[in-house]
Amino acid sequence: MTLMARELRASYAFVERNFNLSKRYWGWEIAWLVYSVAGALAVSLIGKDQHNEKLLVVLVIGTIFWNYLSLVFEFIAETVQWERWEGTLEYTMMAPVRRYSQLLGSAFYAIAYGLVHTTFILAILWLFFQLDLSRANFGTAIVFMLLGSFSFVGLGMATAVLPLMYVERGAQMAFVLQSVLLLISGVYYSIDVLPGWMQVLSHISPATYVLDGVRKGLIDGSGVGPLVGDVWPLALMGVVLIPTGIWIFGIAERYAKRTGKLKRVG
Amino acid sequence: MTTVMDQPKTGLPVTPPGETAPSRTRRVVVDDGHPALLVEHVSKRFMVGRKRKPVVAINDVTMRIPRGEIYGVLGANGSGKSTLIRLVSTLLTLDSGRVEVFGHDIAREEMAVKRLINRVSVDAAFFKKLSPHENLTYAARLYGMDARQAKREAIRILARLGIGDKRLGRPLEQMSRGMQQKVAIARALLTAPTLLLMDEPTTGLDPRSKLDVQTFIEELRDTHDATIVLTTHDLDEADRLCDRIAIINDGRIVAEGTPEALKARVAEEYGQSPTLESVFMTFTGRSLDDDLNEDKENEDE
Repeated sequence: MTLMARELRASYAFVERNFNLSKRYWGWEIAWLVYSVAGALAVSLIGKDQHNEKLLVVLVIGTIFWNYLSLVFEFIAETVQWERWEGTLEYTMMAPVRRYSQLLGSAFYAIAYGLVHTTFILAILWLFFQLDLSRANFGTAIVFMLLGSFSFVGLGMATAVLPLMYVERGAQMAFVLQSVLLLISGVYYSIDVLPGWMQVLSHISPATYVLDGVRKGLIDGSGVGPLVGDVWPLALMGVVLIPTGIWIFGIAERYAKRTGKLKRVG
Repeated sequence: MTTVMDQPKTGLPVTPPGETAPSRTRRVVVDDGHPALLVEHVSKRFMVGRKRKPVVAINDVTMRIPRGEIYGVLGANGSGKSTLIRLVSTLLTLDSGRVEVFGHDIAREEMAVKRLINRVSVDAAFFKKLSPHENLTYAARLYGMDARQAKREAIRILARLGIGDKRLGRPLEQMSRGMQQKVAIARALLTAPTLLLMDEPTTGLDPRSKLDVQTFIEELRDTHDATIVLTTHDLDEADRLCDRIAIINDGRIVAEGTPEALKARVAEEYGQSPTLESVFMTFTGRSLDDDLNEDKENEDE
């Protein structure tokens, strides 16, 4: 078997395993979906309350697509934490699988899972608010979601190491990054309302470009072409962040093997 | 080429008149250049606590295990048995020394070593919501195996261990601890490892499950080209299964040899009764019961 075939099979192992876990935890999946829909509705209703159709659509898009990016990020970021909780971390780490195969397999499933989840929430919110999406360019939205996924996969990989380094509270530290991204990326408001220094930070958040591109696609019906100013930073971040995430993960794995932190469970 | 064991696999065991026959027939173990496992002057220490006090877990350990041997590692809790297994499993890095698996250096050829080994740990580490079939398929794919072939093999191994294929589809969390451990053994064997690391595989099992697992290990020894490193607290188990035994205490190997040779040594040199219990007490200064009692006291505290 060639190296590539072996690694693809290994990557698929993570896709299949995660699918099986979603299937077995179906009750949790329904609960999570209800929670996500409720959260999205609660935020979007602010727009309804203000009798502002544009605000409503801005909030709907913000909640739904932030939910997608968060899902992808959390799925990857919790890779280690999840296995530690199940007690399988050592078994996975001693398997003859290159780390990029493991992380890319997890990332592939996270993106597929996120797309299904997001489509479902979008459909419910569309029905609930009777949104006019006649001008929407869904192709643009999908392109930006996928492009943004690469960056969030990279960030997730870099963050997944936290439970390796800080056994007790590592996973919670990932929330810090997530909340900062939520703050600076214009999820529920325009980044123009942020202080100047925060606006600078917003330009290094991939979520800023994803939300801007998706909003222009779904509200204005814009194609991808005119949005090249949002496309290239996202593409660049994806190209940089995925290898960086894998590299950081490798460093953390060596640290954990040197200090014995792979062993800790619970 | 060297032969290690005292009696051949085939043919009758030779027992001098008046002596007790060995518990089982020893095998010829061939060392064809590279041993299955070579551990040379390996040390590992950890920094513990806020003051980062160094604790030596493995201290200048050397061992050479030829292909086909079952090598037992006996030691009290905290003596370094599991750390040693983790070092060979590539789950820990070495501070000093060298480890080779069939001639592959674990530091330089980690991926090659990973393909040759598998491990059964004391806790059956699984995705407990998943079924044995789903867990074993996952493991098989990680090791580059075909899922259908893996399923056939898993059914065969589990049937041998007393688990029918009807159980394969139910979540592992619905299985007893003993059954889970049998699935863990099946998972390790599924990938046909040439070096199998078994870290207290029968600890916590009921007598029936323990016997099943021990019998299966014996069967493996007799029918497969596998080398097994077995850590255990069960002296009878070590006596029954192991070709050679190392006693580890405070991270150091303090005695090594065949069970018979070790028992003879404590009888001749120390005037003790020729049992593994005496061997253990002589070389570690404590009995396994002391160790278990100490654990219980710590738990009570």
